[in-house]
Amino acid sequence: MAITGDSRSQFHVLAVDDSLIDRKLIERLLKTSSYQVTTVDSGSKALKFLGFQEDEQSNTDTPFGSPNNHQEVEVNLIITDYCMPGMTGYDLLKKVKESSSLRNIPVVIMSSENVPSRITRCLEEGAEEFFLKPVRLSDLNRLKPHMMKTKIKNQKQEDDQEELKISEIQSDEQQQPVQPPSPQPQPESQPQPQPPPPALLLQHNNNKRKAMEEGLSPDRTRPRYNGIPTMV
Amino acid sequence: MEVGQMQRAWVEYTRSLFREGFLDAQFQQLQLLQDESNPDFVAEVVSLFFEDSERLLADLTFVLEQQNIDFKKVDAHVHQFKGSSSSIGAQRVKNDCIAFRNFCEEQNIEGCLRCLQQVKQDYYLVKSKLEALIRLEQQIVAAGGSIPMEELSS
Repeated sequence: MAITGDSRSQFHVLAVDDSLIDRKLIERLLKTSSYQVTTVDSGSKALKFLGFQEDEQSNTDTPFGSPNNHQEVEVNLIITDYCMPGMTGYDLLKKVKESSSLRNIPVVIMSSENVPSRITRCLEEGAEEFFLKPVRLSDLNRLKPHMMKTKIKNQKQEDDQEELKISEIQSDEQQQPVQPPSPQPQPESQPQPQPPPPALLLQHNNNKRKAMEEGLSPDRTRPRYNGIPTMV
Repeated sequence: MEVGQMQRAWVEYTRSLFREGFLDAQFQQLQLLQDESNPDFVAEVVSLFFEDSERLLADLTFVLEQQNIDFKKVDAHVHQFKGSSSSIGAQRVKNDCIAFRNFCEEQNIEGCLRCLQQVKQDYYLVKSKLEALIRLEQQIVAAGGSIPMEELSS
């Protein structure tokens, strides 16, 4: 399915938030931007949805996407709240980045609190973005480039394992939770209805970017993706 | 009232809610997310906010009535309340929650009790305003009109 064009509607986002209001909101925001969305209310449900297995972490030698621990459903991006009871968004981020089969999925953290040290910690752990809540339509413009990256990586990887994949791709499509299975999915034929929001709503919160920059320590040397086999 | 009149009343009323600080720009974001495919989006989110708020207010009242107040619990509830009020753009409630958390951090019981009264008052006020707004929207739609969103920006 990654082979057919790059229309937005193909991108599947997993949104994690313990607040029902915020789940409704992020779901609507993402759908308005033409993404497929699955929402869950906790980090552990997110991991379950991703087909995460605890012992994967030790298999650092296994190439990403090996048939044994292939994701059940393709997820192109995870967007998670930071502050949740039990597993926090930061814990979820760490689990994803430590997992050989999941670490290529971009993770975006949302938080209602502008705490520079928190932002730094998440970015150092490999989060792609940090959004201050409430999240706005204009914030979502920053998601697409991260998803494009994964798509490319996944495509390369699929080229490597063409034979193995065919059957999996078919079974994946049957398991898509958001879209009812259709015999011939042709997502690129759909237009992308995203009219620019009215000017008065476009006021971007500059604090976010500022907070991020302030939060970045100059000695940030840790590579984001250590241990990933190069796919280029 | 005929449709045009109701639509004008809606614009006037919505503007007054922003002007008087009951609602902020986040509420406009919600309105923006409502379209033909989701005609009840704002009403749904707002009713979730009512349920959430009333549960939190009851919990807060209970915790603050105890002999030994668990300020961690108070803070957790107020934190949630701040989150939901800012997500729907209930600005006054959100600001009350910010002040509330400060008193909570100081473990100031008097301050916390005052904030609880204030946040209750502002919540019930914005609730009645939102209910009136949504009722007006439903009347417009029932009369075959549409919500004149674009007029808000002019």
